[in-house]
Amino acid sequence: MSANLRVQSSEYIDETHRVSFRFNGKKYYGFKGDTLASALLANDVHLVGRSFKYHRPRGIMTAGSEEPNAIVQVNDNTNRTEPNVRATELEIYEGLEASSQNCWPSVNFDIGGINNLISPFLPAGFYYKTFMWPASFWEKYEFFIRHSAGLGKSPTEKDPDIYDHRNIHCDVLVVGAGISGILAAKNAAKNNLKTLLIEEKNELGGATIYQNKEFNKIDNQSSSDWIKKEINKLKNINNLEVKTRTSVAAYHGYNYLLARENLTDHLEKKDKNNKIRQRLLKIRAKKVILATGALERPLVFNNNDRPGIILSTAVKKYADFFGVKCGEKNVFFTNNDSAYESALCLHNRGINVDAIIDIRNNSNSKIVKATEKAGIKIYWSHTVVDTKGYRRLNNISIMKLSNDGMTVTGNKINISCDCLGVAGGWTPAVHLFTQSGGKLKFDEENNIFLPNKYPSDQISVGSCNGSFNLKEIFKEISIKLKEFLRIEKTDFDNFDIECEEETSKRNIWLLPADKAIGKTKPFVDYQNDATAKDIKLALREGFRSIEHVKRYTTTGMGTDQGKLGNMHALGIIADTAGVKMGELGTTTFRPPYTPLTFGTIVGRNVGEYFDIFRRTAMNDWLIENKAEFENVGQWKRGWYYPGNGETMNQAVQRESKAARESAGILDASTLGKIDIQGSDASEFLNRVYTNAWSKLAIGKCRYGLMLNEDGMVYDDGVTTRLEENHYLMTTTTGGAANVLGKLEDYLQTEWPELDVYLTSVTDHYATASVCGPNSKKILKKIFPDLDFSDESFPHMSFKEAKISNIKCRVMRISFTGEHSYEINIQASFGKALWEKCIEAGKEFNITPYGTETMHLLRAEKGFIIVGQDTDGTMTPIDLQMDWIVSKKKYDFIGKRSLYRSDTMREDRKQLVGLLTDDPNIILEEGAQIVSELNQNPIQMLGHVTSSYFSPNLNKSIALAVVRGGKDMMGKKLFIPMEDKTISVTVANPVFFDEENKRLNA
Amino acid sequence: MFVINCPYCGERDQQEFKAGGEAHIERPKQPTELSDDEWAEYLFMRKNIKGVQFERWNHAHGCRKWFNMVRDTSNDEIKLVYKMGEKPPLE
Ligand SMILES: [Zn+2]
Repeated sequence: MSANLRVQSSEYIDETHRVSFRFNGKKYYGFKGDTLASALLANDVHLVGRSFKYHRPRGIMTAGSEEPNAIVQVNDNTNRTEPNVRATELEIYEGLEASSQNCWPSVNFDIGGINNLISPFLPAGFYYKTFMWPASFWEKYEFFIRHSAGLGKSPTEKDPDIYDHRNIHCDVLVVGAGISGILAAKNAAKNNLKTLLIEEKNELGGATIYQNKEFNKIDNQSSSDWIKKEINKLKNINNLEVKTRTSVAAYHGYNYLLARENLTDHLEKKDKNNKIRQRLLKIRAKKVILATGALERPLVFNNNDRPGIILSTAVKKYADFFGVKCGEKNVFFTNNDSAYESALCLHNRGINVDAIIDIRNNSNSKIVKATEKAGIKIYWSHTVVDTKGYRRLNNISIMKLSNDGMTVTGNKINISCDCLGVAGGWTPAVHLFTQSGGKLKFDEENNIFLPNKYPSDQISVGSCNGSFNLKEIFKEISIKLKEFLRIEKTDFDNFDIECEEETSKRNIWLLPADKAIGKTKPFVDYQNDATAKDIKLALREGFRSIEHVKRYTTTGMGTDQGKLGNMHALGIIADTAGVKMGELGTTTFRPPYTPLTFGTIVGRNVGEYFDIFRRTAMNDWLIENKAEFENVGQWKRGWYYPGNGETMNQAVQRESKAARESAGILDASTLGKIDIQGSDASEFLNRVYTNAWSKLAIGKCRYGLMLNEDGMVYDDGVTTRLEENHYLMTTTTGGAANVLGKLEDYLQTEWPELDVYLTSVTDHYATASVCGPNSKKILKKIFPDLDFSDESFPHMSFKEAKISNIKCRVMRISFTGEHSYEINIQASFGKALWEKCIEAGKEFNITPYGTETMHLLRAEKGFIIVGQDTDGTMTPIDLQMDWIVSKKKYDFIGKRSLYRSDTMREDRKQLVGLLTDDPNIILEEGAQIVSELNQNPIQMLGHVTSSYFSPNLNKSIALAVVRGGKDMMGKKLFIPMEDKTISVTVANPVFFDEENKRLNA
Repeated sequence: MFVINCPYCGERDQQEFKAGGEAHIERPKQPTELSDDEWAEYLFMRKNIKGVQFERWNHAHGCRKWFNMVRDTSNDEIKLVYKMGEKPPLE
């Protein structure tokens, strides 16, 4: 059994509540309140993963969301599995199973570790350089890379959890509940501002709750006692909502922020069920206060990545907060005072601290003096030049730094240790600020980027704005809050503050070793295994832009977005290239700040709610009668009725024959319907359609073609004049919303003088279309009082009618070429109407047909479908529909474009019919058409747009667009397919009943 | 995601709106009198400014009204909204 590194009780850990969990298959125990990281450390488990490229053993490095190494797969092989979870954030619960990523086959024996041995051959850009050639090898490379690369595994089963979205509007949003955030939120809420305080951890107070009591005092109490009292008081403040375990993922313009609230991830499996797992908060804040804190920096030195090398403040947090020591023999390595606070904390708790290695020459701050007094050995102006220990650190070598910090001198001193706390200073967490569009400035003295220009109503306060100690924080917040929130005073304007204050600084981005850099491994990006020498190589190879160096070396491109090492990368580039860091700029921080689950992003929009379907009033009948459905826009349309196990082809052939031989019925409810009223309605139609409308008599219908202003066909449909100033326009199913939008646009912006009103009535009416030689007989049964004579009710006319007392509109119009009626009825009676038609049509074998048969029947007639036979590049002339373009009208939308030199070219693609020489071969829609087979390169003349086997003609027919096709009637063309070449003859696109005799049959 | 102050409805989320391109391009009253080049100028040529731009927007999922907007495309600041038919501001 491994050693127990739990050294003391902690108020944040419930030692009465033991929790068992598994890591890499082995069972361990922790306590409620532990993260996976603290529990593993307590169990003396230090090797938790492998690095991405070299597969080097890696351990826990931080205690927060910036963790690059301890990335785990949670609950593998279950439907709740999740990759890329940071062990430092994952709260353990009974039954948790986690495993290391990046290890294949296992963390202790890792085949990719061989990369580490051959690493001299794996420099920056290795993947780009090596895996490029030969192309045929890519499949092999891919297998290797995917197996050994640690990207985690995505779940293969359906996610059992529920996710949710919530909109929040608030006056003030405070991000981060460290001391700065708490002060800001409290004062905002107390001044009657609706305030939301968001914290990613499960506890408020940040690092202040375990700050050194001796040197940090607020209002004559230790800062930790003071902040705990403040946190308790928050509950009683009106207007303040506090959300813990909630991480802001994105900060967009106009103070629109997205945050993920974690609700059940810390619960046992049995408590997770039927609860919302995560909620996406969509926050609109009038004002935003960023108090996101700062991240401690590591130091970049040779072999700085071994398990046991941990950020100094993380070492302190594990001891203070979790009651866990990270090692038995602790050493700190630092360039600032932070390590001293950590060292003193361990020392005061009786944990052994052997030495502090400080690259500075000295420091006279109180905390350093206290550390010296405690008897801890300090090596001033020394640096670590190497570390040893494969699965865990066991030794470090240090040497004296030269005055310029570029080299090391003197003898090497070896220090045995199993934990090295590194403290490289602080990086303000400006990620959200820059996401919002904020611009940074570089502070040369402290080597940090700070918020400069705010793009919206927001401020950054506390250490994310460079105020690192209590005095600075209180002073800054007191001044800034008053101005930002326009309040007279804050609660803490005149507090007495005592705190640690740093007296000496020294920063070296890349610490020297006693070997040439080529022989060292100073890691900058731990997750992606980018070293300082990779960055230098990239610069030598000519990369200059920071964005290019980032991509070439993959620095900052892991799931942690390089939160720890980005500053070092910039510093090394600046030093090597001899430019100032402020001039170099930074890479872009992109949302999300920490990874988001897909579940959170989609929320409730899953399953049938993923994309909302529209269904017609007849939908239930279609389902009962086993229709297959087709998606048309958002509509579910009846596609065909396979009935007794027919194939699609069999069903469509049967339906098509029946419709022409006796009677067919189609659910046409989905066609767009726009009600047009107003004294200028006729003039309006004149302007939007290519043909003339003024003379259309009341009670008559007319087919219209609508163009875009560029002359290309946009939509078509039949419009009926119901009354003098009242029309009903139909549009294509898919085009309805866009047509209405376009017409509104012209009415409101170009022709505001027209008295016209448009209303969408698509959903208000259900439409049954009855066609075939017996359609009139069927309609007569339904409307016995109506005069169906050709004189009274000719083709292209309309009558009001009634079924019982229900008003109907009956149009005698046809899209199939058959004698045909469309009955429109209030949608709620749609199914009743449909059933009545079926009942009345029984004796005529009325056959319900779907969209596929409709398409076939209209293709026999050469009627176009906008969007199938047209693609936004076809004019009416190209479609051989010159007849519908009025020569007399002065103007209509798109008219002028029909006379542009380009639209008048003779060799444009034009709509033609195609007949295959072998009548049984059905062409493939989209197939390319050529005239010469032996050309090189072969010239494509056009393509097939619609193709069917016509049961009524007993041969294959097709529509196609062909360059100069108008003049090719009777010409032989070829369609080269993969396995054969099909010969076709150009024909009239009207294949069936060219004289339109059947319309009046 | 902007908050847009519809001149008819007030402040609403950008999701409710549709952008409609450059504003104040009037459809020629007599298109047939125009040369191909003049027509092409109206039909195709649009500015795409980094900076202050006059745009058309439609409150598509609201009152369905079209209106004009002055927006700085470099930072998405909406400087002004005004109704169709109203004159653009000079500055
Ligand atoms: Zn509106």
